[in-house]
Amino acid sequence: MAVCIAVIAKENYPLYIQSITTENELKFHYTVHTSLDVVDEKISAMGKALVDQRELYLGLLYPTEDYKVYGYVTNSKVKFVMVADSSNTALRDNEIHSMFQKLHNSYIDVMCNPFYNPGDCIHSRAFDNMVTSMMMQVC
Amino acid sequence: EQEKGLGALEGVGFRVGQGLSERLTKETPSFKDELDVLKFLCKDLWVTVFKKQVDNLRTNHQGTYMLQDDHFLLLSQLSNGKQYLEEAPKFLAFTCGLVKGALSNLGFDSTVTAEVLVMPCSKFQVVIQKS
Repeated sequence: MAVCIAVIAKENYPLYIQSITTENELKFHYTVHTSLDVVDEKISAMGKALVDQRELYLGLLYPTEDYKVYGYVTNSKVKFVMVADSSNTALRDNEIHSMFQKLHNSYIDVMCNPFYNPGDCIHSRAFDNMVTSMMMQVC
Repeated sequence: EQEKGLGALEGVGFRVGQGLSERLTKETPSFKDELDVLKFLCKDLWVTVFKKQVDNLRTNHQGTYMLQDDHFLLLSQLSNGKQYLEEAPKFLAFTCGLVKGALSNLGFDSTVTAEVLVMPCSKFQVVIQKS
């Protein structure tokens, strides 16, 4: 199951970061931060190679001993990072893909909210609910 | 007084452009370069907002683009003579902001100006800032 979900702005600061437990939260923040390097690497590789490099979903960024980290970047260079528990091997790639799609849809709704200034931290309750349901769902 | 009003309109257009570009680029593959982004503006964005594509896109390949719409939706209800030529730019302020906001969300800072020489044809000039 997803243990931590983060939305990172194009300038690489977090717009939203939520972990499933409050202990070890700092560790997840750190993991997300280090995964940004891998994301940037993949994005710049995309710019050079011309073969099928039109995907937004970046796939598995890197595995650690307990966790796997997945990435997704939008056309506006906003990055979504998801940290998932390695012990749950039933989590397949296309499930992660669909979770990112849901995240993207909710992010678009936040963007279209006229009371939200792009670049601010995301405080939307609907977004929170969606993220919480995603973290609970794949148990 | 007029300047402030037009500025406010452009600001609203900017915010709408940001949200709209986010929604419209959800499924599109990532853009290769600046020209790709402008083409997206001329086709997908323009069709969504104005029900038609931009009629002509010109560029000097150095960051300046000219979008020409021969039958601009917001001017189509006004008469085609010279009568309202002076008032026409007021109707273009929102659209300038829209283009600016969409470009900004996709990573390009720009200045957008518009002019109307013959109703209802409008021309939007986009200058992409080099960072």
